[in-house]
Amino acid sequence: MKILTLAMQVPDSRAALKISPGGKSLETRDLKLICNPFDEFAVEQAVQLKEQRSDVEEIVVATIGAEKPNQAIRTALAMGADRGIQLCDDIFSGQDEILLAEALAAAIRLQETTFDLILCGKQAIDTDSGEFGPALAEFLDLPHVGAVVKLDISEDGTSLRAHRRIEGAEEIVECPLPALITCEKGLIEPRYPSLPNLMKAKKKPLQILAASDLPEPGCLTPGLQLLELTPPAPRPPCTFIEGPPEKMARELVKRLRDEAKVI
Amino acid sequence: MSANILIFIEQRSGRIVPASRQIFAVAQELSLKTGGKIHAVIAGEGIGNLTDEITPLQPDSIHVADHPELRFYRAQPYAQALCAAIKTSEAQTILFATTSLSRDLAPRLAARLKAAIATDCLEVSTENGELRIRRPMYCAKCVGTFSLATDRVQILTIRPNAYPTPVPQAGTSATIQSLDVAFSDHDLALKVVDVVSTSEGVRDVTEADIIVSGGRSLQSKENFSMLYEMAETLGAAVGASRAAVDAGFQPPSRQVGLTGKIVSPRLYLAFGIDGAIQHLAGMRGSKVIVAINTKAEAPIFSVATYGCVADLFTLAPLLTEEFRNLNGSN
Ligand SMILES: Cc1cc2nc3c(=O)[nH]c(=O)nc-3n(C[C@H](O)[C@H](O)[C@H](O)COP(=O)(O)OP(=O)(O)OC[C@H]3O[C@@H](n4cnc5c(N)ncnc54)[C@H](O)[C@@H]3O)c2cc1C
Repeated sequence: MKILTLAMQVPDSRAALKISPGGKSLETRDLKLICNPFDEFAVEQAVQLKEQRSDVEEIVVATIGAEKPNQAIRTALAMGADRGIQLCDDIFSGQDEILLAEALAAAIRLQETTFDLILCGKQAIDTDSGEFGPALAEFLDLPHVGAVVKLDISEDGTSLRAHRRIEGAEEIVECPLPALITCEKGLIEPRYPSLPNLMKAKKKPLQILAASDLPEPGCLTPGLQLLELTPPAPRPPCTFIEGPPEKMARELVKRLRDEAKVI
Repeated sequence: MSANILIFIEQRSGRIVPASRQIFAVAQELSLKTGGKIHAVIAGEGIGNLTDEITPLQPDSIHVADHPELRFYRAQPYAQALCAAIKTSEAQTILFATTSLSRDLAPRLAARLKAAIATDCLEVSTENGELRIRRPMYCAKCVGTFSLATDRVQILTIRPNAYPTPVPQAGTSATIQSLDVAFSDHDLALKVVDVVSTSEGVRDVTEADIIVSGGRSLQSKENFSMLYEMAETLGAAVGASRAAVDAGFQPPSRQVGLTGKIVSPRLYLAFGIDGAIQHLAGMRGSKVIVAINTKAEAPIFSVATYGCVADLFTLAPLLTEEFRNLNGSN
């Protein structure tokens, strides 16, 4: 079995963001970039499958973006992926995940390997859109299971059974391989790559491709154009309710009813 | 391309998802500007009678994909059904409510149609014939304004509660059309074996108007019963911070935040939640936020509408009592 995982580089969720003058991008200087946390679930799942089963031959990690040094690929290789594919080009700097998925699908088709299982994160925490996985599955003409919190691969490696999280329930689905899975929080806890493994990761094979290496550069011009980034609308200042607990409770409920009118 | 609009009406077990009704507000605004007709599509098995609930929201026509293979949601058959509806309605703009279903289906459909897509929009408008949207990004630390390409199908998913449901009109009518759908074996490769409830009789946080949420400081699973009691009084859902979920006090399905669920209820009550940026990412869109925390500097107060610097173990039972009195007096 061959497994492909996706890993995208994103700003650390803890980072304070500064919007560039002009309002169309973020200040990238001093911005800490990390592997998308949901993609870490995907990589961890792949590595654990390899550790648990005898039939996993290879884990390949792929990424797409405009920046060359890529924290996501490094992390994934250090966690246990065997080799990397990096699709890197200025035209991949945008937020249109459909375009990115189409380009990455073309890069995957270029590989001699065919993959039995593709694992990616439920969403990337920069765009927060979650479009990438399902779109990639469509471009590769594979079934997909989104938001997976439990995954079992059949002993013979030809099918999967997965639990996916929906509102107030889990759906249990079965699907033949090859298939694409998007990984939800709760599936697995990612390991921290050790320092020696981070060093070793630097020696693992990494294929770097540009848009011009793709046979079909994609039909797409971006479907989305970013006009402006703004801070979120400020929230009204907090009204602190004072007094002893009994009075506080009464006052709060009164305000919620009469002033905010939400109960 | 026509300016027609197609609304996806999501139903689960024969019940229309409330957020689906809200997007009629978006469709009506767009239709006023562009003159496009409003179509709706609903998919499932044995769902024909649900059209009666949709008609009062005044679509021009309703397309019904009623088929045994559509009983449970699955991306590929549903994408097929939607493609059929898009074809007959000649719609250029497709609207979904942001739910787990649309997060799964809309991007797959966008890839199939090479469409422009924007997920979880807070606001939709038109400017010089262009569709513009605003959506949260970077853990809700920014809002991006985007325009969508006009030379292709445009797919939008709309944040629940971003728009109010239009008032249903009595005595309206709509053309009902049944859609001819056919599926290949490939479309049906994935099978839904079972759907198991994880709600334990409480509402899901994404579907509640009021959420009572607790953090690590609740200290145990048992102590959460305090919040459940309050939630029951209010008809609310119970949420939790990641720290409370990781400690095993609450199941992962209740987690609110970046790696949990994104919610925008009318009222969010945060008990002993610090307000880490990843938690705020999931709830800062709530209409009214109440924070109860012993630490006056806790970041949760920076987004709160009302703040109580207090011990939650003292205040929560008192609040439940007050809420109860309120119900009694109504
Ligand atoms: C990649 C990533 C993703 C994450 N995703 C999420 C997510 O989805 N959701 C999420 O919530 N977090 C998420 N986190 C974790 C987040 O950073 C915080 O660690 C977490 O939200 C803290 O939870 P907490 O507020 O319950 O706990 P703490 O930070 O421990 O805060 C406890 C609070 O309770 C108050 N308190 C203590 N005792 C009392 C009392 N008796 N009465 C009243 N108040 C009291 C304290 O003053 C404090 O403010 C994520 C982190 C990372 C790195």
